[in-house]
This record gives sequence, C-alpha cells and structure tokens, in this order.
Amino acid sequence: MIMHAPPLADWLVIAPIVLCIVVGAGLLCVRKTVAVHAAIAIAGLVLLVVLDAALLWHVANDGPVTMTMGRWLPPFGISFTVDLLGAVLALVSGIAALAAGLFGLVDVDDSGKRYGFFPFLFLLMAGVSGSFLTGDIFNLYVWFEVLLIASFGLLVLGSEQGQIDGATKYAFLNLVATTLFLIATAYLYAIFGTLNVADIAEKARAMDDTAPLATLGTLYLLAFGMKAAAFPVNFWLPASYHTPRIVASALFAGMLTKVGVYALVRTLVMLFPSERAELAPVIAVVAVLTMAVGAMGALAQSDIRRLLGYVVISGIGIMLVGVAVAGEGGIAGTVFYMAHSIVVMTALYVAAGMAARAVGAPLSITDLAGLYRSHPMLSALSLMLFLSVAGLPPFSGLWPKIMLVRSAIDAGSSWLGAAILVNGLLTTIAVGRVWVLAYWQPAPTPGMRREKPALAIEPGFWTEYLPLIILTGLSVVFGLFPEAMVSASQQAAVGILDPASYIHSVFPAGAVP
Amino acid sequence: MMRTLIFRTVAPYLTSLMLVFSVFVLLRGHNAPGGGFIGGLIAASAFAIYGIACGVSPVRRALRLHPTTIAGIGLLLGSVAGLISLFDGVPFMTGLWIYPHFFGVEVPLATVMLFDFGVYLVVTGTITAIALVLEEREGE
Repeated sequence: MIMHAPPLADWLVIAPIVLCIVVGAGLLCVRKTVAVHAAIAIAGLVLLVVLDAALLWHVANDGPVTMTMGRWLPPFGISFTVDLLGAVLALVSGIAALAAGLFGLVDVDDSGKRYGFFPFLFLLMAGVSGSFLTGDIFNLYVWFEVLLIASFGLLVLGSEQGQIDGATKYAFLNLVATTLFLIATAYLYAIFGTLNVADIAEKARAMDDTAPLATLGTLYLLAFGMKAAAFPVNFWLPASYHTPRIVASALFAGMLTKVGVYALVRTLVMLFPSERAELAPVIAVVAVLTMAVGAMGALAQSDIRRLLGYVVISGIGIMLVGVAVAGEGGIAGTVFYMAHSIVVMTALYVAAGMAARAVGAPLSITDLAGLYRSHPMLSALSLMLFLSVAGLPPFSGLWPKIMLVRSAIDAGSSWLGAAILVNGLLTTIAVGRVWVLAYWQPAPTPGMRREKPALAIEPGFWTEYLPLIILTGLSVVFGLFPEAMVSASQQAAVGILDPASYIHSVFPAGAVP
Repeated sequence: MMRTLIFRTVAPYLTSLMLVFSVFVLLRGHNAPGGGFIGGLIAASAFAIYGIACGVSPVRRALRLHPTTIAGIGLLLGSVAGLISLFDGVPFMTGLWIYPHFFGVEVPLATVMLFDFGVYLVVTGTITAIALVLEEREGE
C-alpha cells in the first residue's frame, strides 16, 4: 500500500476528469432547466482550462506526475500518469472545449440543450482528458468508450434522418476500432501480465525478441489508425462529420482523431519502439496516402463541412509522418501539429458555423458569397485560419510542418517531406477555393440568384466572435512565438522516446514489482 | 400496458418487493455476490414491471424525479465518494471506513458503499429511462 499522503498538487492529475464528470452529472440533473445551463457549463469549462493549465505547469516543473487510485501499489492499482505530452494536449483540448462551449450556447437550440448537449460535452471532455491523462492501457480503453458514447449522443442531437445515418456509420466503425483495441489489449495482457503503461514500457524493452510484439504493434496500429481516420480506414469520418450540429463537428474534428494519434504515439512509439521501426515503412505509406486522400477530397467537395472533414484527414497524414520517422524531431513535430490541429480545426468549424448563420444559407461554397463585404471581421479571422491550416506563415501550422519535413529529410526519407509540402500546396488550393468563392466573390445582386434569406442571424460577440478570437489568437501566438511550444513538444518527445522519467514517476526509487 | 386483472393487482406488491430486494443485493454486494450494478438492474426491472402493468405515467409520477436525473445524482455520489479521500490525505478512490454505533450495534460504513450506491442509482436511472421510453412507444 502507498503509505505517504500524496501532495495536494498531485491531485491535479485527476482533477480535470473529476471536474468534467461532476459538472456533467450536475448538468444531467438539471437537464430540463435550460436557463441555468449556460452559467454552469461555462464556469465548468473555464475551471477545466485553469486546472489543465495548473497541471501543465506542475508537470513542466516537476516532471511526470502519477497518482495511483485507491492506495494500491502500481502496477496493481490504476495509475494516472501525466507527462508533458498528455498535459499539453489536455490543456489545448480544454481551451478548444471552452470555445466550442461558448459557440454551443447559440448553435444548439433549447430542445438540443434539453436533450443534453452540455452533459454530453462534459462527458466527452471527461473521456478526452481521461485518455490524455491515464497511465493504464485498459483505463485508456475505458476513456475511449466514454468519449465514444458521449460523441454518439452529440451526433444525434437533433434526431434528423441524415444524423441517424451518419451516426450509424460512425458508431459501427468506431465500435469495430475499439473492439480491436480491446482485443489487442487482452493480447497485451496475456504477454505482459500487466496493464500499467510504465510497467509495460519497462518489460517490453526487456523481452524485445522473445514476445510476439510485432502482432501487437500491428493490431494497435490498425485500431488507433481507424480512430485517427488514417487511410484506408478513414471513410467513416467524411460519412459522419457533416451531419451533426456544427459545434459537435467542431468538437469531433478538434479532438477525437487527435486522441487516436495520441494513443498511437503512446503505444507504438513509447511502448514498442522496435516494432514501430519495423512498421515504419507501412506507417509512411499510410501517411502519404492519408494526406493524398485528404487533399483530393478537400479539393473535390463543395460542402464546407465535408471539405473540412477531408482537411482533418490530411492533417492526420501529416501527424503520421512524425510517427513513421520517429526521432526527437519527428515526434516533437507530431505533438506540435496535434496541438495546432486541435485549435485550428475546432476554429474552422466554428467559423463555418458562424458563416452559415450569418448568411442563413446552407454550408455550400456555391451558396455562400460576399461574406468579405458583409462580415469583414469574420472573414479576416477565417482567412487567418485558412492560412494556418495550409501551413503558411505566420500561423501555427508552419512550425510543426518545418519540424516534420526536416526530420523526414534527416531520416533519409525526403519523399515524406515532399509529400507534406505537396499536401500543403493542395490544402492551400482547397481552402483558397473556399475563400475565393464563399468570401471574396461578391454576393449576387438581390433577385438574381436568391432572395434575402429570412434566417440570417448576425453573429454576437460573446458567443461567436469571442471563441473564434480565442482560437485564432492561440494559432497566431503559436505561430509568432513558437519557442515555448517547440521546446515543450521537444521535451514531450524526449519523454516519449526515453520513458525513464515516466517509469520513475510510477515506480519511484526502484520500487519495481 | 397489460390489462390483466391478476397482473395489475400483483404488480405493486411485486414492485415493492423487488425494490427492497434490490437494496438488499446492493448492501450484500460488499463481501458477497451482488452490488450496485445488479441491484440497480433489479430496481430498474421493478419500475419496468410497474410500467407494464399500470402504464408509464404512474411510474413517472411515483418516481418524482426524471430517471436521468436519478442517474445524474448517482454519478455525483460516485465522484463525491472518490473525492472524500482528498480530506484524508490518501489517493483518489481510497476506501475509507467509519464505525458508528446505532442502538449498541456497530455499523461499518465506507466510501466504497457510497460509490456502490452511486452505481446503483446510475444503473437504475439509465435502465429505467430506456425502459419507460420503450414502453411509452409501445403504448402509442
């Protein structure tokens, strides 16, 4: 048993998750009283960001932090271990969730709120935070289930036919992926007899050649690749991301695929490095094909939400390059790109939602026009996001791409770097098309193409511009002052490639079982 | 809703008996087979039976709270049970015991029990919510 009292700061490890569950449960109790949702939810999300920031500060100062539940000794108790990778991603997703929560206040109507938008949002965040913070692989599976169930709820929030259709595809394919994850985990338990990540990391290095770890690595690659929407198992994403309320799309596009990439980094890079090296050619091909599919799909679509869905996919391809190349630069690039992608993809969906509300038209680039003239502020923010997602300076997409291209060239696979650059060009064209057609092109003169729509709603500051400004501002800060983020992701990469400090935090002073 | 006289007469007694039994199973669960999950299932089936016999709205009236509210309260209880250990300087979810005496009998109470009670409410609330909606659809 653990006899010493954990310092109060260590409680930060589980604080974000407990907060999300408690606030979510509280909101569930007052589900029908829509009037109180806004205050509780926004206060909860602000507190979540504060707790995540405090946790990041704690981890950055004191190294990985562990709390093992119920005073059991690891590896028998369930450990929550937070290293820099988990803390950074948890904070960035917390900020994205705050922005989405603010936008959700107006994007989700009262019946959607009664149906439980905010409880689902908090349960989703419990799942996302739990995935980033846990140090136990079965527990990771549990948080995957939590965020999946919450996302099912968010997907059907409106009960339209298209939503049910999208939700069915999403639910079925994601359940296949989590079942694969579960099978792989059962297999892992049979090999190692432990589920604690730190314990596995140590044992895997000791029994490199004696255990069938390649099979295990492949299973995890397939399961998490499916979650991350990597080619050839990416088809569920474009089939479902355009159907829910746009704020739900924003949350999903921001976080869920990134959780898949995070799990891939955690298992393949940290636990099974030599198996990752064997699989590297496969991952590299998958990365390039994912980028290609994403960019081509984005070029072919005219519905903005579908288009953005493909942009998400092409970003996944870029992140996978880091996993394929590995090395400090590659992993650091992936970590930075994940943070960038969480911020920018959430923001892009929020901006698309605002544009659709402002014009009162469906989200097709052939219907939207003249936004530049009617909403210059929104157009300016959108343009920044378009440049950012395409990886152009001075926004956040640039630096992780530089890191990834450079590490690919250093690793001798320049074709991967070239693929990133070509993908950047194609993404620029795809989002440039949106900019030119939906924003820049003057609106048709009244009576020529369509009448003044009745449903146009002027975007408000607190619930629409503010979240967009928060996220775009974060992208600009990452772009203009990248040093902090670069060094954080490099340290996170070092911690992943050499998990000694992670293991030490779980088993201090050689208390290995 | 089934309109057989025998079933409608028996159902209220059956429901109350099952609810008492569900609490028994819940409390028994600490050291023997049983616990919050199975207890919650029994309680939910009790409400479902009452709904089949007498219709859904009497069940909703009798419950007073919406089933999902019950589930929410259960989730809150479970989290609070884990957080109590914060004040005792032990990690999250550590089982803590107190031994109060009621009429000279020592009654051990634990945060584990509180957690299990939370599970009981979550399961009861969730399954009852689903069952009642399904029964309502059938009655339409």
